[in-house]
Amino acid sequence: MILNPKLFEEVEKTPTRDGYGKGVLKAGKTNKNIVVLSADLAESTRSHWFAEAFPKRFIEVGVAEQNMMGAAAGLALSGKIPFVSSYAVFSPGRSWDHLRVAVCYTNANVKIIGAHAGISVGPDGATHQALEDIAITRVLPNLVVEVPCDALEAEKTTLAIIKRKGPCYLRLGREKTPVITTNKTPFKIGKAEVFREGRDVSIIACGSMVYEALLAAQQLAKEGIDCEVVNNHSIKPIDEKTILKTARKTGRVVTAEEHQVFGGMGSAVAEVLAQHPTRIEFVGMLDCFGESGKPSELMAKYKMDSKAIIKAVHKILQ
Amino acid sequence: MKELMLTANKIRQDVIEMLVEAGSGHSAGPLGMADVFTALYFNHARINPKKPWDENRDRIVLSNGHICPVWYATLAERGFFPVRELKTLRKINSRLQGHPHARELPGIENSGGPLGQGCNIGVGMALAGKMDKKNWRVYALLSDGELNEGCDWEAFMLAAKYELDNLCFIIDRNNIQIEGPSDKVMPLEPLKKKLESFNLHVIEVNGNDFKQVLNALEKAGKTKGMPTAIIAKTTPGKGVSFMENDYKWHGKPPNKEEAEKALKELRRQRTELL
Repeated sequence: MILNPKLFEEVEKTPTRDGYGKGVLKAGKTNKNIVVLSADLAESTRSHWFAEAFPKRFIEVGVAEQNMMGAAAGLALSGKIPFVSSYAVFSPGRSWDHLRVAVCYTNANVKIIGAHAGISVGPDGATHQALEDIAITRVLPNLVVEVPCDALEAEKTTLAIIKRKGPCYLRLGREKTPVITTNKTPFKIGKAEVFREGRDVSIIACGSMVYEALLAAQQLAKEGIDCEVVNNHSIKPIDEKTILKTARKTGRVVTAEEHQVFGGMGSAVAEVLAQHPTRIEFVGMLDCFGESGKPSELMAKYKMDSKAIIKAVHKILQ
Repeated sequence: MKELMLTANKIRQDVIEMLVEAGSGHSAGPLGMADVFTALYFNHARINPKKPWDENRDRIVLSNGHICPVWYATLAERGFFPVRELKTLRKINSRLQGHPHARELPGIENSGGPLGQGCNIGVGMALAGKMDKKNWRVYALLSDGELNEGCDWEAFMLAAKYELDNLCFIIDRNNIQIEGPSDKVMPLEPLKKKLESFNLHVIEVNGNDFKQVLNALEKAGKTKGMPTAIIAKTTPGKGVSFMENDYKWHGKPPNKEEAEKALKELRRQRTELL
């Protein structure tokens, strides 16, 4: 697998939201049907780059996420490709009913940008830490759910969801995170990628936890434990083939996500592995709300970092 | 006018026949709005049943999706799909869902059931029309009970902000909702003033009077720089005396006996018109 060669040295860090901002700006230059909507959060979602370049195709709806989602459905039904951008706690959080009926039931070509997802939002506290959005989106028919592992993959995902007709949810983080992939790293909606081959345990991760999984694998290698790391960015459609293959190979799976364990990516993996019963350990938020703090402090306290993954690997090997 | 009245009468008969066959559904709203639907589809709006998705068509969206029997009956009578299909309402394998499913049937522009969503969708369509400098117009049909929802008012603000004069809201002011008289459930008055304060051009009409409805639609089309809201005061259950103005008919269908009685009244009204 082609990954950033400086992965464990001084790796470049960029927030995944920047990848979206760059991607939608790039696509907007050639595709005149792209429209971006914002609910008073254009700068922090990085929609403002598009807004500055294409003011006539940018719609500021004010702090009104339900209307934003419904209006996007109307735009999509009139031939536009609207991007609905806000924080994940508000959209799809508050706008979920509109997402369900106006967008998904209608199969409207709306792209939903859920920024500032996960506990790594930090000091804003529990109200702003979206830890449920994967659960509430992956249950919706017609909806694609993507969680990119870095800014470059976020950019690739943005371009890919434009090409894919129908509703898509893109989950993004606020914090700068390592750029793991390169332009040559393969990316396809619905396809999980093995980022590190291993024999003993499979770590299946998404979003910011992919880097933590690679760190954990490197650490565990020193102990002689050989981990396979899978970047499972596509929560829906889920790549059953790759998940089953890695589970058959190692017989032990650790899932890792910056999201509630209940209903999240790990649960989706467990649904797949019900066909091939495998021992699974889940790393993620354990049925509680977060709190204010620095991102790194929170990731450590709520056990969503490489240490937590190492612990889960040790447990599963016992 | 007489032609339109006869059409609305036929649509009301369809509605009763559909509801009794379905055994569930809403009666009062569809009967009350039959005239507005007829005015739009048989006179005012630029639509073509042979080309239901023509790019230049006017868009008619229904936000209070539960009154869809009148939408289905109007579309069928206008030739969008066969009238005989109306009897499949709410049945298995039917295109006539209990609440509308976008594009499942020719002419069904939006999915709707959770109140307010059609209002938001209508604004989105009008934004697209403005962006592309198109001449087609959007008619978003809402209800008074629906205005309890916050997202309708979010939509009004957005429509006014972008000066969507290609958009016309039509609010069914029938004064009933499922639990009782609308203003007892949640006071809306002064509705006209409220809407005006949201920078909408507001016209109040008797929604069961074709002349008034068509005049208002005409005026809406000539209004520049702001969206129009037509408050259509309708009689819920219009045309069926024992249903009129009784909120208990909001969410139930007639039984066989009641349907027979209703159809008898409607047929008599038809004869009187001829």
